[in-house]
Amino acid sequence: MSEKKQERVGVYVCHCGSNIAGIVDVVDVANWAAEKLGRQGVVIAREYKFMCSSLGQELIEKDIKELGLTRVVVAACSPHLHEKTFRIAAQNAGLNPYLVELASIREQVSWVHTDKAVATEKAKAVVSGAVSRVIENAPLEEIKVPINPNTLVVGGGIAGIQSALEIANAGFHVYLVEREPSIGGHMAQFDKTFPTLDCSACILTPRMVEAGTHPNITLLTWSEVVNVSGYVGSFHVTIKKKARFVKEDLCTGCGICEEKCPKKVIDEVFEAGLGYRKAVYTPFAQAVPNYPVMDKENCTYFLKGTCKACEKFCPTGAIDFNQQDEMINIDVGNIVLATGYDLFDARRVSNYGYGRLPNVFTSLEFERLSNAAGPTSGNIVLRDGKTTPKSVGIIHCVGSRDKNFNNYCSVICCMQGLKFAHLVHERTGATVYNFYIDMRTAYKAYDEFYQRVLEEGTLFVRGKVAEVTNAARYEREKGKLIIQVEDTLASKQRRIPVDMVILSSGLQPRRDAKEVGKMFGISCSTDGWFTEKHPKLDPVATMTEGIYIVGCAQGPKDIPSSVAQGAAASARVLDKILQKEVALEPIKASVNEELCSGCRICNGLCPFFAITFHEDRMVTEINPALCQGCGTCVAACPAGAISGTGFSNEQIIAQIDGLLLKNLEPVGD
Amino acid sequence: MTEHQFEPTIIGFTCNWCSYRAADLAGTARMKYAPNVRLIRMMCSGRLDPTFVLRALSSGADGVMITGCHPGECHYMEQNYKALRRFLLLRRVLAGMGIEPERVKLVWASAAEGAKFASETTLFVEEIRKLGPLNWGKPDDGSAAIDHGPSSIVHGQELEVPA
Repeated sequence: MSEKKQERVGVYVCHCGSNIAGIVDVVDVANWAAEKLGRQGVVIAREYKFMCSSLGQELIEKDIKELGLTRVVVAACSPHLHEKTFRIAAQNAGLNPYLVELASIREQVSWVHTDKAVATEKAKAVVSGAVSRVIENAPLEEIKVPINPNTLVVGGGIAGIQSALEIANAGFHVYLVEREPSIGGHMAQFDKTFPTLDCSACILTPRMVEAGTHPNITLLTWSEVVNVSGYVGSFHVTIKKKARFVKEDLCTGCGICEEKCPKKVIDEVFEAGLGYRKAVYTPFAQAVPNYPVMDKENCTYFLKGTCKACEKFCPTGAIDFNQQDEMINIDVGNIVLATGYDLFDARRVSNYGYGRLPNVFTSLEFERLSNAAGPTSGNIVLRDGKTTPKSVGIIHCVGSRDKNFNNYCSVICCMQGLKFAHLVHERTGATVYNFYIDMRTAYKAYDEFYQRVLEEGTLFVRGKVAEVTNAARYEREKGKLIIQVEDTLASKQRRIPVDMVILSSGLQPRRDAKEVGKMFGISCSTDGWFTEKHPKLDPVATMTEGIYIVGCAQGPKDIPSSVAQGAAASARVLDKILQKEVALEPIKASVNEELCSGCRICNGLCPFFAITFHEDRMVTEINPALCQGCGTCVAACPAGAISGTGFSNEQIIAQIDGLLLKNLEPVGD
Repeated sequence: MTEHQFEPTIIGFTCNWCSYRAADLAGTARMKYAPNVRLIRMMCSGRLDPTFVLRALSSGADGVMITGCHPGECHYMEQNYKALRRFLLLRRVLAGMGIEPERVKLVWASAAEGAKFASETTLFVEEIRKLGPLNWGKPDDGSAAIDHGPSSIVHGQELEVPA
C-alpha cells in the first residue's frame, strides 16, 4: 500500500432536478463511486436532488464533521457556477475550501449527450478523475490584496458618466477618460429620446456638467488608455493625453479662438458630416470641458507655418502650439469600460444607395438634421439644405438581423425609427412610411409610443426593403427615391416614391474593441461585443476580476439600460472598495531552490515579470504578488523545480489516470 | 448498427478562461457532441506540460485534444503561443515514437465558441476513430488487468476493470 496517509473522500452526486438525473443515472454513479473508488479513499457517496440547496450543503457539512472527511468531490454543474458555494460549505465544516473538487457532469455530460448509458459511464469517469485529483489537492489560503479606492472609467457617454457619478457621489475618486474632446457620447448628438421625447441635451448636459465639476472626478478628455497592467485592487494604467494646443489652466472657454479661426472643416464626427467646424473647436456648445481642441491636420499654422489668428486674439494667452502629448500614469483598483458603439456603415448595404443617392440619410445624420442645435437649426430638409420633404421612408434593420452583415438585433432601431416618424410628421407634416421586419417595442411605455405613432397616421409596411433607387418607371416616380419592397402582410410588391429615405442603422462594436479588450484582459463575443461574466446573472462583470463592462460596449441597448448598467457596475466597484481588500485565488507558482539548476529556461517565459534570477545563488525566484498563476513556467521547468498550487503536476497526472479509470487498474510502472 | 464500432477515449486539456467556458456554453446551449472526450481544466494552455499528453496516451487515451484561447487572446498575454510551440514539437516527438501525430490536436476556442468546441470535439472523435485504438501501455495479452499484485499501486486502488 501507499505510504501516503489515506484520505477520506466524500462523493456527492447532484440530480440538479432532472437536469442531470434525466440523462445520467445518478444513483448508479454514486453506488459505483462508493464501491469502485473505495480503495482510493471514498468513504461515502451520496446523491441528492439539489446539492447546492441549503439542505444539500448541510448534508456535506454534516458528513465532513461526522465521518471526518478530508476531501470532497461534488459531481454537479460547472465549477464556474457553484465551486464557491461548496468551498464555503467545506469551510463552514472546518475543511480547507481548496480540498473540494467539482466534477462537471451537467455542462460536460447530461446537457451535451443523449445516450443515457454512455452519459452515465462518462459521468463515472469524470467523478473518478475528480476523486484522484482531489486526493492530491493541497490546503491553500486565499491571498488578500488591498483595493486601491480609485477607479478608472473609460468612455464618457451616458453609461460612463452615470458610473463615474455613482462612485464619485459615494466619496471615492474616479478618473473618467474620454477619447473625444468632450464627454457626452452619442447621446449628446441626439435630438429627442424615445419614448418620452425628452430633449436629449436637456437631460444629458446637467449630468455632463456634474461629472465635469465633481470634486471626486478627474476628467481626462482627448485622452486614451494606452497600457494596463496589474490585477484587481491594483491596476497600473497609462493614459495618453493628446496635445490640445490649448492650455487648460489659462483657457476660459470664451470661444474667441474658434470665432477667429479662418479654417472651416467638415465635421465628420459630431455633425455626422452635415455641418462645419473650425480647425480649433469645441464639438458643441455645451461641451464638457469647454476648452477647445486644435485639429493639427487642418490648422493653417501647422500646415503652412503662418496664421496664428487664435493665438493673437486669445485674451488669456492660452494657445500653445508647442504642446506635446502627455503620458499620465495612474493606479486604480477597479476599471469600468463604457466604450460604446460604432454606427453601422450604411454604405455597405449598397442597394439602399447611401452615399450614392443624396437624399438617403443615416439615423445619425437625421438626428443632427432634426436637432435645433444642428447644422439646419432643426429644419428637416433634403440634402440641398432648403427643400422640405413631402414624403419620407424610414427603413428599419439596416445592417441588423441580416445574414450579410450582423445577425443580431440592434435593439434601439425600431424605437428610433418610430421617433423619427413622429418628428418628421410633427415638423413637416410629410407622409411617413416605416418599413419594418418585426416591430420590437419591448420595455416600459415603448409600445404605447408605437400606438401613438400609428394614430398620428404614419404608414407601416411590413417587409424588408429590397432596393432604394432613383430610376423612375412611371411619371409619379420622377425625381423621387423609389422604395421597392415586398409588403408581406398584403402579399404584394410595392414601389413607393418618397423625397427622403432615413436608414435606421444598427449598432456595431467599436472597430478597436478587440484591441481594447486585449489591453484590459477581457474577451469579445463572436459578434465583437465585450463578453460578460454571465449573460443573465452577472451582465456587468467580466471574466477578469476588477474589470466591468457597461452600456453598448457589452451589447446594443437603449439609454435606460445603459444608465442602469452604469449604476450597477458602480455598485460592484463600491462593494469592492468598501471591503478594502480582495481575496485572490491562491494559484501561484513557486520554485524549490534545492531542485533549481539555474538553467534560466523559465526566465523569459513570464509576461508579468514575476520571475527573477539570483546571480549570487544561481537560482530563480518567483514573486507571488506578480505571479498570475498561468503555470507556463511550471510546464517548462526541466528540473521539475517549479510547482504550481491548485494545478500541480501531481493533481493533473492523477486526474488523467482517474479519467482513464487507470486508478482502478494496477499501474505498470 | 453501430454496435461494434470503435469508441475512442480522448483526454481534452482546456483553458480556464476560454475553452473550458466554451464547453460550459455548449452545455448551457444544449449542443450535442460526441461523449468520448473527458476534460481537464488548467488555468492556461501554457500550463500544458507535454508529458501530460504522453501520460494520457500511455494510460489508455487514444487521442488528446489541447484547447486554448485564440492567438492574441490569451488571458495571460501570450502563453498560448508557448502551448503552440510545445504542440508542434510534441507532434514530431510522437512521430519519432511511431505514434500518429494526428492523435494530438490543437483547437483554439474562445469562451463564446461553444458551437465550435462541440463541432471540433465531434470531428476529432471521428478522426481518432479512423486511426483506431492506440493500445499504448496496455498489457500484451489484454487480460493482465486481473491479477497483478497491488505492490506498485499509487493510491491503493482496486483491481477490477470497471463495468
